Amino acid sequence: MDERGLAPRDLQSLEDIAKLPFSFKSDLRDMYPFGLLASPMSEVVRLHASSGTTGKPNVVAYTASDIAVWTNAMERCFAACGVHRGDIIQNAYGYGLFTGGLGAHYGAESIGATVIPISGGNTQRQIMVMKDFGVTVICCTPSYFVHLIEEAARMGVDLKELPLRAGIFGAEPWTENMRQRIQAESGIKAYDIYGLSEIVGPGVAMECHCQCGPHILEDYFYPEIVDPATGEVLGEGAEGELVLTTLCKQAMPMIRYRTRDITALTSERCECGRTLRRIKRISRRCDDMFIIRGVNVYPSQIEAALLRVEGTLPHYQIILTKNKGLDEMEVRIEVTSDVFSDTIGAMESLQQKISHSIETTVGIRANVRLVSPRSIQRSEGKAKRVIDQRNL
Amino acid sequence: MKLKQLSLFLENKPGALGAPMRVLAAAGLNITTMSLADTQDFGILRLIVREWEKALALLQQNGFVVNVTDVIAIEVSDKPGGLAEILTPIENSGINVEYMYAFTLKKGDKGVLVFRFDNPDRALTVLKQHKINVVGQIELFKRVGKTDG
Repeated sequence: MDERGLAPRDLQSLEDIAKLPFSFKSDLRDMYPFGLLASPMSEVVRLHASSGTTGKPNVVAYTASDIAVWTNAMERCFAACGVHRGDIIQNAYGYGLFTGGLGAHYGAESIGATVIPISGGNTQRQIMVMKDFGVTVICCTPSYFVHLIEEAARMGVDLKELPLRAGIFGAEPWTENMRQRIQAESGIKAYDIYGLSEIVGPGVAMECHCQCGPHILEDYFYPEIVDPATGEVLGEGAEGELVLTTLCKQAMPMIRYRTRDITALTSERCECGRTLRRIKRISRRCDDMFIIRGVNVYPSQIEAALLRVEGTLPHYQIILTKNKGLDEMEVRIEVTSDVFSDTIGAMESLQQKISHSIETTVGIRANVRLVSPRSIQRSEGKAKRVIDQRNL
Repeated sequence: MKLKQLSLFLENKPGALGAPMRVLAAAGLNITTMSLADTQDFGILRLIVREWEKALALLQQNGFVVNVTDVIAIEVSDKPGGLAEILTPIENSGINVEYMYAFTLKKGDKGVLVFRFDNPDRALTVLKQHKINVVGQIELFKRVGKTDG
């Protein structure tokens, strides 16, 4: 603030927040793990982490009051789409360092609903539980739910005949087409929830029953839309990068955090009566991060994993596809004479080493495919590292 | 006594094998013998070429990943038990055969096989001790005859 000639008295209204400098994901990396803590560790009751741009995760911290804010935010998110006491919620977001599982869990319990903390994975058990426990609401990534729909059909379970009525879907970008498809095939209402661990986790914004874009919980999280190139604040309706400032967080407050998510803000009246502004569906980002099965992945992480195995960085490309509704990642790597061997065993062991290195870095299995030199297309200037064929 | 083998990385897709063949054909280089190992995604083509240095340079210029590997050509009796006879001392010495393939040429009742051992130098010593006939480069290409490159 001194650098900008700002004193605390210069902050009189919310608009004055725009005078403050931005914070970036790289700030979390630079201050890893606890450098951004604004509370003593003795006040911190919870730590979560999300993938960083390199091998190290980004750590986020919560005081008891932060957990209460988060819980309340999630309660309001559930309430916004008509989830209440008496609902049986299958929480298929991952529990653990990822904020999705516990974030949804606290909010759902607090609202008085019955929570099944099933976490992600084991699709057949998910469907069995959904059917046998009379689940009414499910929380997971939209792509995982598409997979559940397909697997249920294979198992002879008709989701339309189950009590399931709503899905709270987030942690990855999805489209209106995908919503229509989910609703048509499963007979439930599909709601979009938005959040990111640097701000709090899920619960930053949530759709109401009108399904016309997530309402930002502006009393906790102050939104701005800026030009991603210049940082200039853009007006109502203009598309740009979402920037968020936490208004109530203690352990790790964020000032003007650049989310890299591209959207627009609208204050148009919503039929539900909420005056909280809404964001447009987020369908792209202004960096090269991609989300696979709800996990944030940066090409730089893949590069770090390749470097660890090969010593030098080969030409590579990441191909994202969908197989039976599930995201799949293939990493194509050009073979160089440094790593080439005349025996199949050595080449397969190289493939396995790379695959293992990627999995330990990003937590997602990748199919590693060795390809001929110069077979990956070179584009002018910046290499196109990620080919997304998932047809969002 | 060791032979130089060229190993090429090929993707497992139509046209992958033809491309390096055309490079060698254009330069008038003949392949004395070869083997192709395949997996679902890729293959490794192993070539014995008389003018291997020229072939190596040409293939590399044309963007192929090529390595040079030491292999050993061994004379084997073309009769039941001929190969087993040779393998016994190799196995007893703890040397591993990574892969092997055959030459098309034959002299009398003897065939010639190409072996890729994990330790070629030790394999040579063992073969010598057991008086097994290793065919060197000069002798080999003499047998192949004048038709080759």
